[in-house]
Amino acid sequence: MINAFFDRLPHPLPWYIAGPLIGSLVPLLLLAGNKSFGFSNNLRTVCAAVVPRGIAFFDYDWRRTGGWNLVFLAGTFSGAALAAAFAPAPLIHISQSTIADLQALGIDDFRGLAPIQIFSWSALLGARGFISIVVGGFLVGFGAAYAGGCTSGHAIAGLADRQPASLLAVCGFFAGGLAATYFLLPVLS
Amino acid sequence: MTRYFLLGTLFGALLIESEVISWFRIQEMFRFQAFHMFGIIGSAVIVAAAGVEVVRRLPLQDAEGSPLGPAPKSVGNGVRYLAGGSIFGVGWALTGACPGPLVALAAGGVPVMIAAFISAVAGTWVYGYLRPQLPH
Repeated sequence: MINAFFDRLPHPLPWYIAGPLIGSLVPLLLLAGNKSFGFSNNLRTVCAAVVPRGIAFFDYDWRRTGGWNLVFLAGTFSGAALAAAFAPAPLIHISQSTIADLQALGIDDFRGLAPIQIFSWSALLGARGFISIVVGGFLVGFGAAYAGGCTSGHAIAGLADRQPASLLAVCGFFAGGLAATYFLLPVLS
Repeated sequence: MTRYFLLGTLFGALLIESEVISWFRIQEMFRFQAFHMFGIIGSAVIVAAAGVEVVRRLPLQDAEGSPLGPAPKSVGNGVRYLAGGSIFGVGWALTGACPGPLVALAAGGVPVMIAAFISAVAGTWVYGYLRPQLPH
């Protein structure tokens, strides 16, 4: 039955369905317990719980302020696992121009959610894979902590609340993303 | 706590079904070659904004008696948002994912993203360590 449900969904889920549903998480979390949608706080909670090391930034009652978010993270993991298990194996239909651009970067396998040529355990041993996965991940964690939020906290919740700080953050997100796309990716290929 | 788990499940399923977590989609977005990602973020913001307005007007309070709603963030000199945001953006383009998607990808077919997630935790830790020396 779950199979039938996921099979009937259009792939990808159109933006005008996915977007509003994702956006609804902001008011729903407020109603659930006055919680602010912001996934990157989980990174801080993990540090506070596992390796606080006397650092002020991690010296707080993480169970009280971040416990709910860890549960949300567990839910995210489960929901993604469920959807991936029941959704047909994806072939992401990106635009022809993107395919051409990526081919110029040496990517020719477009199966799956992320290029296997870069995102696999064996690729981790090479420069491109290591930089994309480990360095990339590090920058995501460092940047989100410094900016006080990621796309969920700033681009969605923050902009929805008309916070100027979030607009600055989103400008930063795009500045960094564009620079990396146009200057860094070609170097890595 | 069940409610947060269920909302998280919805989030994770949506991320997979809408392909938001696909590195290919993120590249498409940064190259402005499709509307999909912008449509998702844009409509999410609009719905979130409307929802927050509705919630604010409801006669509800949280467990401590405060009105419902996000707390305002002070801009300060803006450096942390621009600098932190840019650093995040580079990582976003490299991995094709933000923190939530990293978890969803690890669960949904790209297990090597566990390494990216651990690295992200390390990044947050290093930020915490360097924080007193960084401009805010």
